Formats: sequence, structure tokens, C-alpha cells
Amino acid sequence: MTLALYRIDDRLIHGQVVVGWGQPLDCTFIVLVDDEVSGSDWEQDLYRMGVPPHIEVIFASVEKAAELLPTWEADSRVGILLVGDIDTAVALTARAPQVRRFNVGGVHHRTGRRERLRFVYLTDDEAAKLRQLSARGVEVTAQDVPTARAVPVGEFT
Amino acid sequence: MSSSPLRGVIVSHAAVAQALVAAVTAITGIEGALTPVSNEGCGTEALAERLREAVGSGPAVLFVDLPGGSCLTSSARYAKQHADVAVVTGVNLAMLLDFVFHRDIAPAEAARRAVDAGGKAIRVTAA
Repeated sequence: MTLALYRIDDRLIHGQVVVGWGQPLDCTFIVLVDDEVSGSDWEQDLYRMGVPPHIEVIFASVEKAAELLPTWEADSRVGILLVGDIDTAVALTARAPQVRRFNVGGVHHRTGRRERLRFVYLTDDEAAKLRQLSARGVEVTAQDVPTARAVPVGEFT
Repeated sequence: MSSSPLRGVIVSHAAVAQALVAAVTAITGIEGALTPVSNEGCGTEALAERLREAVGSGPAVLFVDLPGGSCLTSSARYAKQHADVAVVTGVNLAMLLDFVFHRDIAPAEAARRAVDAGGKAIRVTAA
């Protein structure tokens, strides 16, 4: 199979990802792309705690992820790739142009952001970055769980 | 014995925490020992802020619903920065009922006690 979902979610590994998406996709590996987490054993242990033993968790920096992406995409298993913010998504797509889609699954309130959807809050700069990704041919939609509608980027930015 | 009674903070998805606090109060009549925190609509920073407000100063036990996910990661990060805070996962009503009557012990001991009380409540009953 391949990486079935490329997701931006500031909670990274949590119930919606592992259960909500992981079960219907029959996901057996998760790639967490985050420069900080990839350098912290403690953080990695914390994220592994939320994942059942049959799902492998791989931690990678943006640079390493861009290098290993072809391997994960050619994997016979189904995987999910996670990033925690829009800047990381932009950085990854810049280094790995084969990334053709991103699901915005959860970007929550913070000073300077305003509500675009119930589960998506963005600054104007972040909204512009998502539109730029889309303009470069990356399919950007917002969808928290598989049963919800995939909202096109033009409707929430 | 601890200098001040332990505070219990329940950290959950949706309204599980609020419901558990209401149930404990309904059964025991004890109010103020437990504070609910929901992760509803929260990113990492917002949930950390909710935790800070709920715990306040002094010792506490954080009762988290699942052994993974945003409730646990935020709680574990908080506990890492506060020596007088312990974290228990898999919160259930039985452990909370025991906890509210035993709040004059250290957080780590209260956490172990909660695991014991909560675990004993999980069983298969005779048909």
C-alpha cells in the first residue's frame, strides 16, 4: 500500500488519528515528522504510549522524512504521516515534491489565529501558506474524522 | 502526611470529566476535591493552560481518561515540570470514589492507590 493520509494536527498522535482514521484505513505504521520530537526520547515514549503494539511509530525530522518518503510510500503496509503545524507541512513539501495532498485535521486556537472551522484556527499568514500549497498542486482539505466532509482549502482560508 | 489535601484533576475527551465529577459528588456529597478538564477544542498550548488553571498550587493527581493521546501528553508534560503532581491513566468512578476519601497522602502514593482501587473495580460478573 502506501501512506494513505498526510495530516496536519497539532495534537500529533491522539485518538482521532489512531482510532478514527487508523481503524478504517487499517493503518499499521505512523510517521511523526517533527524536528523537536525526533530529538527527544522522552517525547517519543510519550507518543508511543497512545499507540497499540501492532502499529509501528517512526519519528523523523523534516530532512530525514524527505529522504525516507519514497521508502514509506512503497511500503506494503498502510501508513499515516503526521506533522504538527503548517510550517512543517510546507517545509516537507518543499523538500519532497511528491507529497501531493495534506489533510488539515486539527489546528487549534492560539493568539493571533481566528476560527475558520470548528477544528481549524489560522492566522492570515497560515491561511496564505495553505493557499500557496494548493496553488502548487497540493490538494489541501480540512477533515477531522473520516465520516466528515473534506472541506476544500478555498472554503476555510 | 501531606501539608494540604491533594487536588484531583480529571483530564478527558469531551464531557467525560464533568460527568465523573458530578457522579462523585452525587455519591459522596464531597465537593471541591475534583476539577474537570476537557480537551474539547484545545491544541497543546490551550490544554496546558487549562491544566495550569485547574491544578493551581499545591500537590495534585491528574486522572487521565486514556493511556495515550493529547490528554496524556499534556498531563505528562505538566507533571514533568511539577514534582508534586502525579498522573494516572484509565480513570474510572471507583478510583475517584476512593481518592476523595484519601487525600492526605503524597501524590505518588495516591496514584498507586488509585490504580489499585480502579483496577479492582474491573471484573467480569457471574451471569
